[in-house]
Amino acid sequence: MSEQIQNQEGEVSALVSTYGHDVETLGHWRLMWMKFLRQKLAVASGIVIILLYMVALFADFLAPFDPQKAVPKLTYAPPQSIHFFVEDENGESHFQLHVNAYKVTIDKAALRRVFTIDEDKIIPLKLFVEGADYKLFGFIPSNIHLIGPANPNDPFFLLGADRIGRDGFSRVLHGTRVSMSIGLIGVAVALFLGMLLGGLSGYYGGVTDMVIQRAIEVLSSIPTIPLWMGLAAAIPLTWSPLHVYFIITLIVSLLGWTSLAREVRGRFMALKTDAFVTSAILDGSSELRVIFRHMMPSLTSHIIATLTLAIPAMIIAETSLSFLGIGLKPPVVSWGVLLQDSQNVRAVAQAPWLLAWPGGAIVLAVLAFNFLGDGLRDAADPYSH
Amino acid sequence: MSDQQTNPVISIKNLSVDFALRRGPFRAVSDVSFDLYPGKTLCLVGESGSGKTVTGRALMQIISKPGVIVEGSISLVKPDGATVDIAQLDPRGKEIREFRGGDIAMIFQEPMSSMSPVHTIGSQIIEAILQHSKMSKAEARTRTIELLASVDISEPELAIDRYPFEYSGGMLQRAMIAMALSAEPRILIADEPTTALDVTTQAEILDLVKRLQVEHGMAVLLITHDMGIVAEVADEVVVMRHGKIVEHRSVDDMFHDPQHAYTKQLLASTMKLEAGAANAAKAVDDKAKPILSVRNLSKFYGTEKNGVQAVDDVSFDLLPGKTLGIVGESGSGKTTLGRLILRIVEPTTGAVSYRDRDGQDVDVIGLNKKRLRDFHADVRLIFQDPYASLNPRMTVREIIGDPLLVNGRLRGEALKDKVTELLDLVGLEPEVMERYPHAFSGGQRQRIGIARALSLEPRVIIADEATSALDVSIRSQILDLLLDLQKRLNLSFVFISHDISVVRYFCDDVLVMHYGKLVESGTAEQICTDPQQAYTKSLISAVPNPDPRNKRMMHRTRFDVTAN
Amino acid sequence: MLRYIIRRILYMIPTMIGISFLTFMIIQLPPGDFLTTMLAYIADSTQGGITEALEQKMRVQYGLDKPLIVQYWKWISGIVFRGDFGPSFGWGVPVSQLIGDTMGLTLMVSLCSLIFVWGVSLPIGIYSAVNRYSATDHLFTLIGFLGLAIPNFLLALALMVFGYSVLGVRVGGLFSPEFMHVDWSWDKFVDLLGHIWIPVIVIGTSGTAALIRIMRANLADELEKPYVVTARAKGLPEWKILFKYPVRIAMNPFVSTIGWILPSLISGVTITAIVLNLPTSGPILIQALIAQDMYLAGSFIFLLSILTLFGMLISDILLALLDPRIRFN
Repeated sequence: MSEQIQNQEGEVSALVSTYGHDVETLGHWRLMWMKFLRQKLAVASGIVIILLYMVALFADFLAPFDPQKAVPKLTYAPPQSIHFFVEDENGESHFQLHVNAYKVTIDKAALRRVFTIDEDKIIPLKLFVEGADYKLFGFIPSNIHLIGPANPNDPFFLLGADRIGRDGFSRVLHGTRVSMSIGLIGVAVALFLGMLLGGLSGYYGGVTDMVIQRAIEVLSSIPTIPLWMGLAAAIPLTWSPLHVYFIITLIVSLLGWTSLAREVRGRFMALKTDAFVTSAILDGSSELRVIFRHMMPSLTSHIIATLTLAIPAMIIAETSLSFLGIGLKPPVVSWGVLLQDSQNVRAVAQAPWLLAWPGGAIVLAVLAFNFLGDGLRDAADPYSH
Repeated sequence: MSDQQTNPVISIKNLSVDFALRRGPFRAVSDVSFDLYPGKTLCLVGESGSGKTVTGRALMQIISKPGVIVEGSISLVKPDGATVDIAQLDPRGKEIREFRGGDIAMIFQEPMSSMSPVHTIGSQIIEAILQHSKMSKAEARTRTIELLASVDISEPELAIDRYPFEYSGGMLQRAMIAMALSAEPRILIADEPTTALDVTTQAEILDLVKRLQVEHGMAVLLITHDMGIVAEVADEVVVMRHGKIVEHRSVDDMFHDPQHAYTKQLLASTMKLEAGAANAAKAVDDKAKPILSVRNLSKFYGTEKNGVQAVDDVSFDLLPGKTLGIVGESGSGKTTLGRLILRIVEPTTGAVSYRDRDGQDVDVIGLNKKRLRDFHADVRLIFQDPYASLNPRMTVREIIGDPLLVNGRLRGEALKDKVTELLDLVGLEPEVMERYPHAFSGGQRQRIGIARALSLEPRVIIADEATSALDVSIRSQILDLLLDLQKRLNLSFVFISHDISVVRYFCDDVLVMHYGKLVESGTAEQICTDPQQAYTKSLISAVPNPDPRNKRMMHRTRFDVTAN
Repeated sequence: MLRYIIRRILYMIPTMIGISFLTFMIIQLPPGDFLTTMLAYIADSTQGGITEALEQKMRVQYGLDKPLIVQYWKWISGIVFRGDFGPSFGWGVPVSQLIGDTMGLTLMVSLCSLIFVWGVSLPIGIYSAVNRYSATDHLFTLIGFLGLAIPNFLLALALMVFGYSVLGVRVGGLFSPEFMHVDWSWDKFVDLLGHIWIPVIVIGTSGTAALIRIMRANLADELEKPYVVTARAKGLPEWKILFKYPVRIAMNPFVSTIGWILPSLISGVTITAIVLNLPTSGPILIQALIAQDMYLAGSFIFLLSILTLFGMLISDILLALLDPRIRFN
């Protein structure tokens, strides 16, 4: 007993030394925030994630082209890089954003066109250039793009072009929108189901608990990919992309809610017998107040962490299904749909950017969510170190 | 052992231990020196954070990770007279392992977690034997059975193949002792070996250690926070505080002629509890009707085939203004009893009747949710663990004010004023109001808990081991606070505790519980000085007496469960 | 112990029933029933239709006019009592003829992956826990995070592209062409070993990363436990303290991870097999799903789930062997 006290006394002083001497009047959320800020990797990941969602929001503006715009004569055109200065005839260099144009040669042996960068010919670029029409956030009509060729019909492929000459850069940006939002919406569904069923299970116990637990057990013992495949394959081909999108989100969140429900249930059960909850009941708090004022705040931080860690699994799920051709389908653009083009190894060998950029985007997003989730999980318990 | 034998087996000189923390080195043990003699017991006493455990572990160089011995020597005298300085040995080296568990052995506070849960008791002891001798496995097994028998474990042939979780704490501590003795050590370090155990088990373990010490002529270093144990078993005493030795005396001098102010204070807190009868002056009308009346209360857990009768047909009355102590060892059902009264746990059978402010008797068991809330406002609970019972996400003001708020009694400025008043009542400054529980020590948190209990102006307080988690000096402060509050606010207490001396100090009447049953009841003085039942006798006599001239534990009454 | 195993097996039955319901639901999910699908196949192959009267007659013959629960019973009793998984329309043979070989290979790849995952993550996890915050630990942590972040199919694709464009070999398959359709022999087995390591690495990477983290965290906790101090106080050498006590106890949660690592491995096998074109259940499953050959697809989903359940059973038995607290309950 005294040993335990000793540790806890030690923790109080350790807390003071970790967070500074003002710690007495700092609330739980402040302590968590301070602990979170000390984890540089998690903070950096948080910023990356915010940026990714900004990209998703402003994809129309950031992308130079409509993601469906195809330039058939420029199939598999390699990535260009942006240059800042041009030399005029006098040998003086002045500022002009540009990319180099392509030279086309025919590879007679392979019977295909080969694009190389033409150093002599430039394609001038403009910032805030007028291009394809779009509606920002779905309702503000505009045709301004952050960057694009001064002549909208000039080729401008920062990340290369695909099989039918669509701009890889614009497509990856637009894919961000679908892939990142599926994680978010999926997690919202999982949160709802998990809190509801996990809470019911943990609060009532008994038969309710048993039934829910067995259902969770059944769901989690079916290997996820075959299960998703089975469910996704049943989506009628005639459904609209939006419809498919929501169904896929639902299917993907099937995975998330079970683990969340388990977490909520476990914590609820543990909290129910915690002394401070008993004391709140004895203080005269109503059942609702006990749950929302005393139990929920203790759960929230853990739930946020669990949710953050559930998002990457959903992103991977969507990408996997779409990659297999039974998730989202063209013309919808998601990272997984983009990767469908990489199923042909020969094509990828010729145009590695088809695999590299959407794949890189997935890895970046998943890594960032994992780091962030880990950081949040650590911060959720600010009294340990 | 004769007194002529004056050569120490180990001598510690100017020992200092640093812990490398993020904010810089922290000196846990500073300039500590003492010697251990064969057949003698030295007690290392101190409150939490005094560095006593680190000192004990330093003797074997098994201090936990960031700690290192930075100064001093630990000279172990080998049987042939040569000495080795353990402090100079590589803590991961081969040499030091010869002494660990060989010349020096150690037993720990928590026998349950100090043994591996997935290995049999036998395998853990046999391993220790094989490490320090050239025996074959079969011989080591035979030797283990002998050792288990020597520590009074029944059926040692079967016990050897049992797992730790199949045993009680006391039995496991015996097994730990058997393990420690396996290589016939000359020095035994016992780190709070009985703190986790019940008082009767504690007495048995201390008996056993003493007997084995005499048999083997070991030097014993006993680390404890309990002055009673010191008085019962020590020859010499070292008092530590903040990593330093404040006093080093023979046990008799320590208790009857303490020099250092801290020692005096430590003894005073201990002795005060022993004096008892703090309530003698209390004038209570014995003819008054009971404020709380419990009749035939029972709680049964589990199924008919496989169940536990946690509380078995308990009846008692609590008179207004009185303090009723409920004592018992672990598993006696005392905590459950407290929870049954408040209906945190619903009783299986029985009745609880509460006499409310208007003199009406209220049937507590039959109350609906709303009426039960009113009952909870009058009858409050103070929790054992001051860390777990305060919501870490609320400020002190919110914690103390919450009962008033949810009962719709006060809000806004008036609530704040009330909280200030309550803080003042429990001896805390109003400035602490905006702080969170993590900013307080154990004693302060318990004060906050008390203020919360008082906020609704209750009439009865059920205190469940309210002082058990606190150091002895803090403990007596909290008890005095409660006594003071009782007088000022005319409170009645149900005081649940395993600690006889606290009960004696604090309570008017005492109930003794054993395996869910009420064994004996009477006034505190009568129970403590003239118990009638065999169980009570054994319980009372097992309590260490903090006076080395009057050792109680060593000639105590023993209670045989099977005889009951 | 025997009682524990029996209880554990009995406990599995309701879960199996639940899985069979879910699978049957998946089979029923696509619009129309299996007769519609069958008729579509017949129409495809014979260029002609079938009269409505005949269709109605067949509907009664197959029991499709009965309530769903009767149809379910017909399906599940066929599997349980006769090993009859229903017909595959795409292949024109009973499903049971199609699953034997592929399920065997699926099991084989999963098992190899499991061994790989454990074999790699155990030593690294122990090393990382003991040398926490060392440079090597940080390196393993970084690799682990990458392993978690790269989806199976992406890794498989990357390996294939790497093999094709850098090494100039075709990565994929489990057998060289000459062994593809011959009976089992020693040479075929050796040939299998030469191929199987690529899918095993692809499938195992994320599991390995997860298990390293679990082992590291558990062992780090166990290293702080009092029984470690006890062991040290006995004078045991450090390696023995480590392996006999904390590692042994940290093994328990490690073994119990099989409960979720196995489903994820089988998931991994499925998708990796599709990318790498392995003759396991994955490619057949996806073909069946795309063609809505639902009895075939459902049978695979059902069997893969049952396989997972048995894996969990084995892990629980292992755990009980390891941890007497469970055995004695």
